[in-house]
Amino acid sequence: MTEAILKVEKLKKYYPIYGGVLHKTIGYVKAVDGVSFEVNQGETLALVGESGCGKSTTGRSILRLIEPTEGRIIFEGEDLVSLNDEQMRKRRRDLQIIFQDPFASLNPRHTVQRILEEPLIVHGIGDKNERKRKVVELLETVGLNKEQIKRYPHQFSGGQRQRIGIARALSVNPKLIVADEPVSALDVSIQSQVLNLMEDLQEKFGLTYIFISHDLSVVRHIASRVGVMYLGSLVELADKTELYDQPLHPYTQALLSAVPVPDPDFKRERIILSGDVPSPSNPPAGCKFHTRCRYKMDVCTKEVPDLVDVGNGHYIACHLHR
Amino acid sequence: MDLDKAGENVEEDYVLEVDQLKTIFRTEDGDIPAVSGVSFSLKAGETLGIVGESGSGKSVTSLSIMGLIPKPQGRLSGSIRYKGKEIINLSEGEMREIRGNEISMIFQEPMTSLNPVFTIGNQMVEAVLLHMELSKKEAEQRAIEMLRQVGIPRAEEIMKEYPHQLSGGMRQRVMIAMAMSCNPSILIADEPTTALDVTIQAQILDLMRNLKKDFNTSILLITHDLGVVAEMCDRVIVMYAGKIVEESDVRTLFKNPNHPYTKGLIKSTPRLTSEKQRLYSIPGNVPSFKEMPKGCKFVPRCEYAKDICYKNEPELVYVGEDHKSSCWLNIEQAPSIEEDAS
Repeated sequence: MTEAILKVEKLKKYYPIYGGVLHKTIGYVKAVDGVSFEVNQGETLALVGESGCGKSTTGRSILRLIEPTEGRIIFEGEDLVSLNDEQMRKRRRDLQIIFQDPFASLNPRHTVQRILEEPLIVHGIGDKNERKRKVVELLETVGLNKEQIKRYPHQFSGGQRQRIGIARALSVNPKLIVADEPVSALDVSIQSQVLNLMEDLQEKFGLTYIFISHDLSVVRHIASRVGVMYLGSLVELADKTELYDQPLHPYTQALLSAVPVPDPDFKRERIILSGDVPSPSNPPAGCKFHTRCRYKMDVCTKEVPDLVDVGNGHYIACHLHR
Repeated sequence: MDLDKAGENVEEDYVLEVDQLKTIFRTEDGDIPAVSGVSFSLKAGETLGIVGESGSGKSVTSLSIMGLIPKPQGRLSGSIRYKGKEIINLSEGEMREIRGNEISMIFQEPMTSLNPVFTIGNQMVEAVLLHMELSKKEAEQRAIEMLRQVGIPRAEEIMKEYPHQLSGGMRQRVMIAMAMSCNPSILIADEPTTALDVTIQAQILDLMRNLKKDFNTSILLITHDLGVVAEMCDRVIVMYAGKIVEESDVRTLFKNPNHPYTKGLIKSTPRLTSEKQRLYSIPGNVPSFKEMPKGCKFVPRCEYAKDICYKNEPELVYVGEDHKSSCWLNIEQAPSIEEDAS
């Protein structure tokens, strides 16, 4: 539990903005701006935040589906950023991803069998018969019927398609799975089926998850630790229970207070943030949250707060806590 | 609080009464009954929630009320009365008088409801001029006033901007301003905050609550999010496969749900306030309209299913004061399923 399988160090992803007559770089969208965290073996680290906070970019950068601008991604002691394409391709056997919209990430012209067999072929696993056996086994693992093996993605419901996406990720026996909003497109009753499946699989195969989501209720359910992102930076990182019961960062507090709770008798103080998230191409100086923060101090507009440990592995980047 | 008021209100004046509404779409694969026999009524100043999953018919219900079902593929039957007047199957011209003036609607994705090539001002003024007898200047003033009302800073400048220049939350505010600009009696909000981030959602829900208080507008809120329902609604209708399965006030629905589907839905919702390790899940999927079960539509997924459930469809009957449910367990003397309510 304590051993870090993945260390992300000062990860940055800047997208250049081109403009002017000469089509020069006139600025950068700082999608991820210096994010560092560790993921322990067998845990579920959730990254939460609103649109544009850089949670998905972080997730994809770890697999190098997006090439990071700067920083190191150390997986089992090896810096993934230093690998060439061929080495990285082989390494992806250990790192897999599940996407939000299973319809967009499954080839509509391939049968389930082919979809699930492809990763095995790519990574040279087994011969034809072994692969076929493996595909049937995978389908059963994720709760699908082996009679459905010749079907195409459109013949499945949303929840079933997400199961296929999970089966595909599992096919190469990965160690770490990045799940990018895996249940956001699903109805509540289907969502809980998929969440339970993910928990079962984690236990069965000793998987480590990075669970990216905007839904704080889902995250409370599935995560071991939670990192909160705002405008490309990690503002708070703590054990799940600690984060939900004792949120320290003003942004985390506002975020948690904004989530509707399905209980008409539930009362709490609601912190309504004014305004919108500033543009990541021109983020505010100092603490990026200061434009919407109700505790804003002078120092917040000037100095960027570091992410510091305030005890119990509770990290926070805020001038109020140092 | 609003709940108590609604309870004390003796002279029930309904602004909207829907009776046995059926909406059937004709397709190449045969007729699809998207809504099959839905009845409910909306009181003045009340927020009524319609909850359900994809394919439950909640959006088609709202589009039917607005007269926005494409014809001739879609056929409506039953009755929809607005303040006592029948509005089902009105002509397009007659319906236009009601839309905007009397019943307004906002949608999930404001970008698809706003015209990208006209300024916000242009679109707002058009709506006002269409429905109110005002001069262009007065209409502009009215538009600016409405934008301020929904909490848009720099309202005058926003009038000159195009939809793409605004954020998602701002666009939804513009849609609400537009919908409210002619003082409608009913606002139908179809998943108004589903596309928005939670902090922005909180802003919009807050705004809708305030508008309802200020204008005494009745709101028909269509959503899949039980959290939003708990926060916003006075009464709730739960829909499944084109039918109402349960209807009650909001507290009863969460504290003492009756229908197995409602119970399952509530139990399978992950909560911010608890860490229970394993989530309940309703087995199976919503049946497609082509393979709809014969008896109760929920029967293939129901853990309490009995023989009768496979044969006949249960009716929506009272199971308590202002509390209706359509389940054979209530109708036949059936084993109690109360122990599951917790």
